Amino acid sequence: MMANLDKSYSSVLSLLLIVTLGIPLCNLLFPADSALHFSAYSVSLIGKYLCFALLGLSLDMVWGYAGILVLGQGAFFALGGYAMGMYLMRQIGSRGVYGDALLPDFMVFLNWKQLPWYWHGFEHFGFALLMVVLVPGVLAFVFGWLAFRSRVTGVYLSIITQALTYALLLAFFRNEMGFGGNNGLTDFKDILGFNIQSEAVRSVLLLASGASLIAALLLCRWIVNSKLGRVVTAIRDQESRVRFLGYRVELFKLWVFVFSAMLAGVAGALYVPQVGIINPSEFSPLNSLEIVIWVAVGGRGTLYGAIIGAVLVNYAKTVLTGLMPEIWLFSLGAVFVLVTLLLPDGIVGLLKRQRQTLAAKTGLKTGVASA
Amino acid sequence: MPSLIFRTHLKTSPTRFKSTPFRLANSGVFKRLPRFIFSLMLAVSLPSLAQSPSDFNQALDLLRQGSIQDREAAIEQLAIEPQSLNLLQALQDGKLFELKAEAKLVIAQESNAGYQLSDALSSAALGEVDRSAVSKINLNNKLRGNLRKLIGQLQLNANDADVRLTAVKAISKEADNKVLALLRQRLSIETAPTVKQAIEQILLLQDMDSADKAVRIDAINQLKSHDSQDVVNRLQAMTEQNSDGEFQEADSDIRNLAAAALSNIQARIQAYAAIETVFFGLSLGAVLVLSAIGLAITFGVMGIINMAHGELMMLGAYSTYVMQQLLPNHLGLALIISIPVAFLVSALVGVAIERGIIRFLYGRPLETLLATFGVSLFLQQTVRSIFSPLNRSVATPSWLSGSWQINDFLSLTWNRFYILVFCLLVFTALLQILKRTKLGLEVRAVAQNRGMARAMGIPTAKVDAMTFGLGSGIAGVAGVALSQITNVGPNLGQAYIVDSFMVVVFGGVGNLFGTLVAGFTLGIANKFLEPYAGAVLAKILVLVFIILFIQKRPRGLFPQKGRAAEA
Repeated sequence: MMANLDKSYSSVLSLLLIVTLGIPLCNLLFPADSALHFSAYSVSLIGKYLCFALLGLSLDMVWGYAGILVLGQGAFFALGGYAMGMYLMRQIGSRGVYGDALLPDFMVFLNWKQLPWYWHGFEHFGFALLMVVLVPGVLAFVFGWLAFRSRVTGVYLSIITQALTYALLLAFFRNEMGFGGNNGLTDFKDILGFNIQSEAVRSVLLLASGASLIAALLLCRWIVNSKLGRVVTAIRDQESRVRFLGYRVELFKLWVFVFSAMLAGVAGALYVPQVGIINPSEFSPLNSLEIVIWVAVGGRGTLYGAIIGAVLVNYAKTVLTGLMPEIWLFSLGAVFVLVTLLLPDGIVGLLKRQRQTLAAKTGLKTGVASA
Repeated sequence: MPSLIFRTHLKTSPTRFKSTPFRLANSGVFKRLPRFIFSLMLAVSLPSLAQSPSDFNQALDLLRQGSIQDREAAIEQLAIEPQSLNLLQALQDGKLFELKAEAKLVIAQESNAGYQLSDALSSAALGEVDRSAVSKINLNNKLRGNLRKLIGQLQLNANDADVRLTAVKAISKEADNKVLALLRQRLSIETAPTVKQAIEQILLLQDMDSADKAVRIDAINQLKSHDSQDVVNRLQAMTEQNSDGEFQEADSDIRNLAAAALSNIQARIQAYAAIETVFFGLSLGAVLVLSAIGLAITFGVMGIINMAHGELMMLGAYSTYVMQQLLPNHLGLALIISIPVAFLVSALVGVAIERGIIRFLYGRPLETLLATFGVSLFLQQTVRSIFSPLNRSVATPSWLSGSWQINDFLSLTWNRFYILVFCLLVFTALLQILKRTKLGLEVRAVAQNRGMARAMGIPTAKVDAMTFGLGSGIAGVAGVALSQITNVGPNLGQAYIVDSFMVVVFGGVGNLFGTLVAGFTLGIANKFLEPYAGAVLAKILVLVFIILFIQKRPRGLFPQKGRAAEA
């Protein structure tokens, strides 16, 4: 059983390694007209999938292991994305439409005279990276500290996390917030001085996304197998018993919640330079629910299942919305219903069950033979 | 009885005032009926007065052919007769023409080819003619001024109080001694309190110009109780200084008195503003309660997280749209029929969801949430495929539009008022179903103790389906109400789902009264915050408040007590 899990885990890990290293390497080695050369479109598409996989992984930590169904994971993703977007906006400098060296275009357009205080510091890449994990982390800490301390659990927690992302959605739509209103942040030019549109930078971004995903997967696996991870899993299964055993349940939950929010922030930060825009629609409750369905499809509580689910669902989305857009919501709805009814453990669970029946059959045969 | 004036009526041209039966269908049936009968009786019992028919016809001819001076006399003559109001009004609007071929006066409405004619007295349609077939009856400015007064005078004696009030307001703008005399005369016989008050106000405003200080003081003291913009403007002018620093009103006693009266009225204006905010808050709350109350059944009583609740409301709204398409000539009737139709549509879909999906997921709330969310996406896309992704317009019947103008500073819109009433009706009906019917008894039994209820012979599976159907049906009914105040589109439900969950959670799960109180509280809080924070920020603040509130009291305002709370 454990060996099986380890086998699937390592195959996912090696596949990730191949994609992460292979695609940039191919693009480096083969000329642009070769069949093995990936187009800019597919590189950023795969990079996008990797970011979604990281986002799915972050949700699996908090939902699959701690049993907290967060319907606002997209909010942390978007906040990380906005932090990165602010850095990229500052990089534009005087090349904007209005040519203002300090103010981004939308602020000039709104007739603002100076940079709001919270935009200071984002001209430094290091500061922006810090904010990418810090902003979602602090929000998750405050929110989680309030919620877990007063023992808000189950669907109540799910609903108020949804309200959280909904409130942020409304807030970021306002021009007065200073994040570009409903247009969001876009028209990025450079990252660390390199042209963000260039093929090399795209390959590097894909490499970074893949590397972050692999690192996160290893880290998460280490955490869930540690003593801390076991306590968290125990809380998922029998919260009151763990509390009576003397553990401070709320602190463990808070820890996982904050960690997962930070991971989501990193995913958002990697996502924004690859798609070239961040706007408030990332906060929409529907986006957060889609993340949940990736994890449910892949199989929750397995880590690699979330990655499989995120990639599969998003690939299906790309294909279906390309072929016939009206089908996409039908199929997404059907997936929601069918997975919960028929595949409670997702694809990973299905594969596991098949393998078990197969093992049982062969075991039976060998048993008969030896008798 | 508070004054009932419909804003729309203020705009209607007095040519319409004869057609009382039309307006009967148009506005507040129950209010209108006695007045309508009364006016019919009057119309029958009043024979043509004073002058002989030949005088009248002579005046008509004079108006058609005579010089400007002749016309002046003719108009005076015609104005004695109430039936010529239509004609005079047309004359004033420049729509009175002579039909050359038949040598008679007609009312002409410009059309594509030429003029659309109708009889000047009976308003009967006379067909269309070429531009050259008619010639306009011209006026000069003096005549126009006279005409306005004469029309006002005629209208002042109209049977309909609304028309009289409009007339009073119209002629007050050029109040000379003759008009004032006319108003005084009318005041002595006027019965409608609104018209009476309007006339009194004009006369009092005139008294303010009097040379007698006592009369002025008396006028100010009486005007103190009038809620009118004219009075406020007048008093304000009296207390203001002009550019040289001199007061407009030289007498300081009068000035102080006016200032006191002004602050008196302004205090009332503030109170009216507060009343209006509360009313807006209540109506927003009513919308919230309507959208949350079905959820209070499915989520509160059954414990099912139904993310497709908003889409069930959307189905209700679309049912209204379809009914109106089927009955394009009876919008009001279609709206009323669509209430049961929407209930049935949404209830059937709800039962199908429960039987098809939810019953396999009892005891697994998170999975229920996901599966019903899938259903909501499915329903949205279905509607999008059938009705297009664009918003559909649902017409508002005329008795729902317009507003109840209580005074110059306070008017309540009818649709919001009706939604408030409708919300309370639905709430009461639901409460009665739960309290008094067999279904209600079974619902409560199953909610309290499923196992014991089954042991007592209650078919729990059937009750589950019925309960879910009831909650869903009420969502559909809420959709009918929503169709009157917001756009009907595939995303209608999504806009309300977060709000309605907030209301249920805030009020306390499993408590219908909690939902009611929570909905109204949130609605009023939202409207009181709006002037300071703007609509979006107010909404965000309310959301943040609820999020914090749930931390403090995870079980809402009115938590369930006893064993039910443990479940």
